[in-house]
Amino acid sequence: MRDQPLLIRIGMSLYLLMFFTYLLGPLVLMGITAFNSASFPQISPWEIFSFEWFSKLFADDRILEGLKNSLYVGFFTVILSVSMGLAGALILTQIWPKLRATYYTLIIAPILVPGVVIGISTLVFWAEINRILGLSPDSFLANGIFLTVLGQSTFIASYCMLVFVARLQRYDIGLTEAALDLGASHLQAFRKIQLPFLFPAMASSAVLAFLASFENYNTSIFTHQKFATLTIILSQKVRYGIDPSISALAFIIVCLTVFFALLNEVRTRRAQLAVANGAPVGAVTSGFKAPSFFAGNPAAVVFALFVAGVVATVAISQVYDPEPAKSVLLKEKRAAQELRIQALQQRLKDKRLQKKMKGPDIFNEEKVGAKPKSPGAKTFGNVFAPNNLEDAAGSAKDKNGLKSKSPGVNTFGNVFAPTNLEDAAGSKKKDAPKE
Amino acid sequence: MSSGVSVDLQDMWIKFGDFVAVREANVNIKGGDFFSFLGPSGCGKTTILRAVSGFLEPSDGNILIGGENMIGKGPNERPTALIFQNLALFPLMKVWENIAFSMEVRGASAGERRKRADELLDMIALSDQGDKLPSELSGGQKQRVAIARALCAEPDVLLLDEPLSALDLKLRQHMRTELREIQKRVGITFIYITHDQGEALTMSDSVAVMKAGIIDQIADGKSIYDDPSTAFVASFVGENNCFRGKISKIIDGQAVIDSNRTGALRGRIATGAQGKLSVGDDAMMFIRPEGLSLTDKEASDTRIMAEVHHSEFEGQSYNVFLEGTEGKEMKMALTNRGEAQLFDAGSNLKISFDANQAVIVPVGELASE
Ligand SMILES: Nc1ncnc2c1ncn2[C@@H]1O[C@H](COP(=O)(O)OP(=O)(O)OP(=O)(O)O)[C@@H](O)[C@H]1O
Ligand SMILES: [Mg+2]
Repeated sequence: MRDQPLLIRIGMSLYLLMFFTYLLGPLVLMGITAFNSASFPQISPWEIFSFEWFSKLFADDRILEGLKNSLYVGFFTVILSVSMGLAGALILTQIWPKLRATYYTLIIAPILVPGVVIGISTLVFWAEINRILGLSPDSFLANGIFLTVLGQSTFIASYCMLVFVARLQRYDIGLTEAALDLGASHLQAFRKIQLPFLFPAMASSAVLAFLASFENYNTSIFTHQKFATLTIILSQKVRYGIDPSISALAFIIVCLTVFFALLNEVRTRRAQLAVANGAPVGAVTSGFKAPSFFAGNPAAVVFALFVAGVVATVAISQVYDPEPAKSVLLKEKRAAQELRIQALQQRLKDKRLQKKMKGPDIFNEEKVGAKPKSPGAKTFGNVFAPNNLEDAAGSAKDKNGLKSKSPGVNTFGNVFAPTNLEDAAGSKKKDAPKE
Repeated sequence: MSSGVSVDLQDMWIKFGDFVAVREANVNIKGGDFFSFLGPSGCGKTTILRAVSGFLEPSDGNILIGGENMIGKGPNERPTALIFQNLALFPLMKVWENIAFSMEVRGASAGERRKRADELLDMIALSDQGDKLPSELSGGQKQRVAIARALCAEPDVLLLDEPLSALDLKLRQHMRTELREIQKRVGITFIYITHDQGEALTMSDSVAVMKAGIIDQIADGKSIYDDPSTAFVASFVGENNCFRGKISKIIDGQAVIDSNRTGALRGRIATGAQGKLSVGDDAMMFIRPEGLSLTDKEASDTRIMAEVHHSEFEGQSYNVFLEGTEGKEMKMALTNRGEAQLFDAGSNLKISFDANQAVIVPVGELASE
């Protein structure tokens, strides 16, 4: 009886550990790979701590272009979705009660329609409009950003509306009446009373809309035309093999998320603390006083540590030069490779000597010799291929053995390739034309 | 009298679908009056006020403010300000911004607004609380802010919808006198809604008593109490003993009814019921508990025999609960003059009353307690 709670506690801790590993493990792992100089995302074996993938990320025009497109699309989607969501929610409160349920269903429907369908139908619809209006095929209505914003907003506006509806349910319509009674016009009553009440909902729906837009793939893939968004670029990149600059991007995004989450947490905690201490709300929302900023607010401490960490990392990246260490490693690698090649050549010589009686075998010689020289081929096993798990594990073991000889071999290649696509992908890699 | 603005309701009907919320209301409120609507919950008081302030259109009839017909005008075009049942202070604005909201929508500068708000804050004795949010005020303070906000709009008519109902007794009594003082000071017409009769009687120049959408009587507080014109008003306002019977005689504004259990009783026909009653009609007679007293009189039509059921001491008076013939229940209130007047249960008493304090009205529905 006495040790049962202990057992439960251990069980709970284990469960929590597993849960959080499952939840955060991939993120942490990916973040770390961004700092490994190895040319595919990996932490073991660890080569050299380096920031080169960040430089590479910021030098990658396609990713930057995708990021820019995503930001554009996100910006306009936020504006369109938030205003449509707000309008939709307001109409819901005004509409004839008998129509309310029908209207609600109608306006929620886009959430239930698959994004793919929305993407295709947006494309078809606006192409049709374009044709009816007799505009040229590359007119404004066929513009990728325009179509993507419209396509995404179709369902993101519904999300926003749900946020507004939830907030409006707590709005006392008597406040609007009071404003009217005091001489305000309907517009003034809306602008000065109801809209400020909706500000928090506007902020949260804007964040929601931006995130939904930023991570959208299945709608944008049909509507983006020439303006590929970040998700589309990433998926294209993965098909041609990825490198840790993607990890670097992920790391930056995670850092930004943590930053804003912590910032938000700090603000809420401050308000709670102050209210708990009986301070007027006005005092909470204005001014920054360092000692009181931290007082009894663990979130603020974590936040400060986090910011310090980021600043330190950026500072180090400016000073830190991995090149010397890298060249040492490179030399070691070369030496090891040299040894291996010599050993191979020795073996070949022996074989040849043996075979001289039967005849030369040039093919075999070529194949063995070629392998170390082609990094990037046969990359990183089919890690995600369901049928190849065993092979992947096997090849991972192989790699450990081979590592010192050929760093770039087996890089993360056909991540999404099902069983036997390896060859196809390999060949595509060589002859796929750049867009 | 002050030169406030009058409010008239002419044959006003308000219907929600088939449901009649207000039936043929005819009310003339003099300018500068403190006018109350008194009635049980759900009788249509708020509905009338919302019609006056312009939030709903009457189905029929007219609303005149200062002689001008208000039909078709929105709430922001009427010279009224409504203090809502739940106050409806703007939660995101500071107290002073709340008060000066009506100036803000008219485009007054922040300086002007602040100045006026401070004046009003002084008036409601909340001078240094202007920078708080409404949520940081007590119930009574919110109340006063709501009043100041309404007054800041300089309305001709101030409409108050049970503004004191959320307050505890002490604060309510304090706010009553305060409201009355404010009304005298600003001299505008107040239309006040309450289901608390004490509130209506103490504060108002005139009271309208309502029952399920119908206005039964409009009069000053004393008349409502002493001279009710319907059975409902008599039973709703204050406590009353009710006797029911057929009228056997009418002389000089007085009548004798043959009450079913207590026998012949004489009383005065209510002013509002004169001409409506004739011999042989069913009628009701009401006598207040304080209208009953002990007597040695011989049997007459102003004397009742009753047995004490129980009695209780209530400070300024003794309440004696009596049982007349055939279980007829009555209540008598005797003023406390220092001598013990608690009677043993079962003792027989002779009770008398003044026929002028017994009011006779046609038979009607009683207010349910
Ligand atoms: N919008 C509406 N639709 C339908 N019926 C309504 C509406 N508003 C009020 N009523 C009805 O009209 C009647 C009068 O309501 P009102 O709000 O005027 O009561 P009240 O006298 O103010 O009561 P209380 O003292 O409880 O505030 C009630 O029976 C109510 O149900
Ligand atoms: Mg009401």
